[in-house]
Amino acid sequence: MQNTQNLALKDEILLQVEKPVRYIGNEVNMVVKDPEKVDIRFAMCFPDVYEIGMSHLGMKIIYDMMNRRDDIYCERVFSPWVDLDKIMRDEKIPLFALESQDPVFMFDFLAITIQYEMCYTNILQILDLAQIGIFSKDRREDAPIVIGGGPCTYNPEPLAPFFDIFYIGEGETVYYDMMDLYKEHKANGGSRAEFLHRVAREIPGMYVPSLYETTYKEDGTIESFEPIYDDIPRTILKQVQMDLSDTFYQDKPLVPYIKVTQDRCVLEIQRGCTRGCRFCQAGMIYRPVRERDLGWLEKTADTMLASTGNDEISLSSLSSSDFSRLPEMCNYLIDNYRSKNINIGLPSLRIDAFSLDVMSKVQDVKKSSLTFAPEAGTQRMRDVINKGLTEEVIIHGSEMAFKGGWNKVKLYFMMGLPTETEEDMKGIAHLCENIAMNYYSLDSEYRHGRVQVGASCSFFVPKPFTPFQWAQMVEPEEYQRRAHLVNDEFKSMHNHRSLSFKWHDSKTTVLEGILARGDRKIAQVIYDVYKNGCIYDAWTEYFRYGTWMKCMEENGLDYHFYTTRERSLDEVFPWDFIDIGVTKAFLKREWNNAMEEKVTPNCHQKCSGCGAAKFGGGVCFENKNKMD
Amino acid sequence: MKIRIKWTKTGVLKFIGHLDVQRYFHKAMLRAELPISFSKGMSPHQITSFAAPLGIGMTSEGEYMDATFDWSYSSEEMMRRLNAVMNEGISILEFHQIDEKEKNCMAVTAAADYMVSFREGYYNKEAFTKRCEPFFFQESINVVKKTKRSEKEVDIAPMILEIRGEGDSIFMKLVTGSAENLKPHTVMEAFCNYLGYDYDPVAFMYHRLETYLERNGKLMPLGAVGKDLMETTGYEEFMAKKAAEAANE
Repeated sequence: MQNTQNLALKDEILLQVEKPVRYIGNEVNMVVKDPEKVDIRFAMCFPDVYEIGMSHLGMKIIYDMMNRRDDIYCERVFSPWVDLDKIMRDEKIPLFALESQDPVFMFDFLAITIQYEMCYTNILQILDLAQIGIFSKDRREDAPIVIGGGPCTYNPEPLAPFFDIFYIGEGETVYYDMMDLYKEHKANGGSRAEFLHRVAREIPGMYVPSLYETTYKEDGTIESFEPIYDDIPRTILKQVQMDLSDTFYQDKPLVPYIKVTQDRCVLEIQRGCTRGCRFCQAGMIYRPVRERDLGWLEKTADTMLASTGNDEISLSSLSSSDFSRLPEMCNYLIDNYRSKNINIGLPSLRIDAFSLDVMSKVQDVKKSSLTFAPEAGTQRMRDVINKGLTEEVIIHGSEMAFKGGWNKVKLYFMMGLPTETEEDMKGIAHLCENIAMNYYSLDSEYRHGRVQVGASCSFFVPKPFTPFQWAQMVEPEEYQRRAHLVNDEFKSMHNHRSLSFKWHDSKTTVLEGILARGDRKIAQVIYDVYKNGCIYDAWTEYFRYGTWMKCMEENGLDYHFYTTRERSLDEVFPWDFIDIGVTKAFLKREWNNAMEEKVTPNCHQKCSGCGAAKFGGGVCFENKNKMD
Repeated sequence: MKIRIKWTKTGVLKFIGHLDVQRYFHKAMLRAELPISFSKGMSPHQITSFAAPLGIGMTSEGEYMDATFDWSYSSEEMMRRLNAVMNEGISILEFHQIDEKEKNCMAVTAAADYMVSFREGYYNKEAFTKRCEPFFFQESINVVKKTKRSEKEVDIAPMILEIRGEGDSIFMKLVTGSAENLKPHTVMEAFCNYLGYDYDPVAFMYHRLETYLERNGKLMPLGAVGKDLMETTGYEEFMAKKAAEAANE
């Protein structure tokens, strides 16, 4: 039987690759349009494998937003897995979009969401396989306009030469304006260069890297960053969608055939976080905090579940407990969906009486575990990072949980934080031991076998637009030494058989550090690494640290410049031309507070004047919280 | 009540594996809002059973699954509702009630029919279609079956129930099921060996026509042991049972 739908790949190819279903599209709720009947063909790409990309919320929102317009057809593109990558290179098969199965080079736009540093070589793979030129300057007049978006674009500089435009901020605001401008420009027969210039001039939040020039001082830091035209902005203002209820959302999500990472409906209840942890980039760049409307959330939950047949819905936000309508929302889902055997996922909840009550209703306490994110082992260290969680609260929370029937606890920590001492490191083991001790001190009626306390540790990577953007990293061997020190401390604990300790790869950390605070000089390294055959760096089995280090050296770059170097408070950073609302003055103040181990209250308690109030809404304008 | 559903799998959906087909149906039941039964316990799941798995790349017009429903509309209405939420490539052909005592379809599957056709540019079709008979009437057809541990020789001749040329294709009826199972790929590999050709797995396209159970020494389609529901069935009984359960609590 031959295919009734035309696929980009022959059966012979699909039958020899792993999971061919990654490449065939045709999922339930896929948008089908006639490409001949639209004005703009828009390819939306997540540069990782299908199962990862299909789990990403932002991409779903853009897909919905673009496809609401009859003059646009938005289609999806993901990275071919390494097996298909090889075949496509050997047979010169151009990268295609899943919906129409047409080559990406036929499209007007290729928008790539950039969620983590370790996908940078995958971006080059996408551009290369699409046959549209890896460098922006090499792109032909009729090639798609390549746009980057997402958290990594808050420092776009390491990727600057590969992109035509970076969209700084939330996708909901100005994409329609850009599309209208494109249509008008195309109708008038304007050139690619003219379009990019007009975008930079007329659409706020758009950074066209080719129109800006950087010069460096002798020490390698930035001397100047200047636009090459007088009529384009010197600073780029982050885009924020202030009204999160009357806006785009994919209420009929696609239903993948294969199990994807998030095999469930995902409902974003609020955007941003009031907590102000000093290491957290999301907590700064998504300011101000904005909640979605309860009625909208209930209606959207109903539509998503009915249209997909998913048996699970999960609430999504950076800190769900801070959402003011959380009790109502949880009760709505429990009352309407528990009897229909729909699972309810409540990640990022603070452990308190309310959350334990809700969780006991939606999950099997015997099987599930509770999660705490103290991030650091001692109160001193938690004060430095502004994590307002005390040991007392953790012990109290876990005790309540044990009394509620749980006996598994997971804790997330970071090591390599600024000012970290040996005591802070060992504190990780001590905190876990104290939780276990507390369990064994309970009356026997509350104890159900051995308690399991699992600590998982990542190494801190300083990110742009955080108070820790000035922080120094350490050498990869030092991360390993610290991890082993903590591991040894765990082994010496009395209850060590109830404790476990795991840590991340330190070489990945170093590379993330280089890329996160990198400048334009790094772009050539990424290119060289890609040309050396590296893709899928985010997958440890394909990550080749040695190749990265070799290419750094060959380009005359020392990784210490990006990782361990001490940065002065007046250094110009590669990302300083972006205005996220939160001011550099505030970040400096917070850096100094960190050094003095001083805690800053969260946005609900008191406004600290970070600057995000300029967007005119959200938590900044709650009655009790007006700026003095 | 026990229901046996027959469906097709064609077009691009041939690339979807057996476990994913199960997931697909579980979600489709919820989209169609059908009164499917769930198992009891902390993590309830739909009570379903799928007959012989179809390999990736194969198409079919004779797939079966069993599902338990709390009650049911007429077969026609249930099929209409299911087909309304199906993707192109999967369509529901039958919705039959079967006796509660029937064993599930996975356990009773005994044989299946296949049509094997040829992709262009690999083999001379006639070399195969004209020589089905002598291939079939060999005393034994030994193939090497590889398992994780060992290789052993198996005679597949008794498991080939029928094989004949049909136009440009080959029809075969093979023993299928959880106890004994013969894949059409294995037959074609043996056929290539018999003809002295190197075996190229991508040269053939496999289409399943029907799946059978054995009853009183005769093969009959899995769906033939059931019957159409002519009207809504079991609704009052189910509601009465639920009311009684609620009263007990």
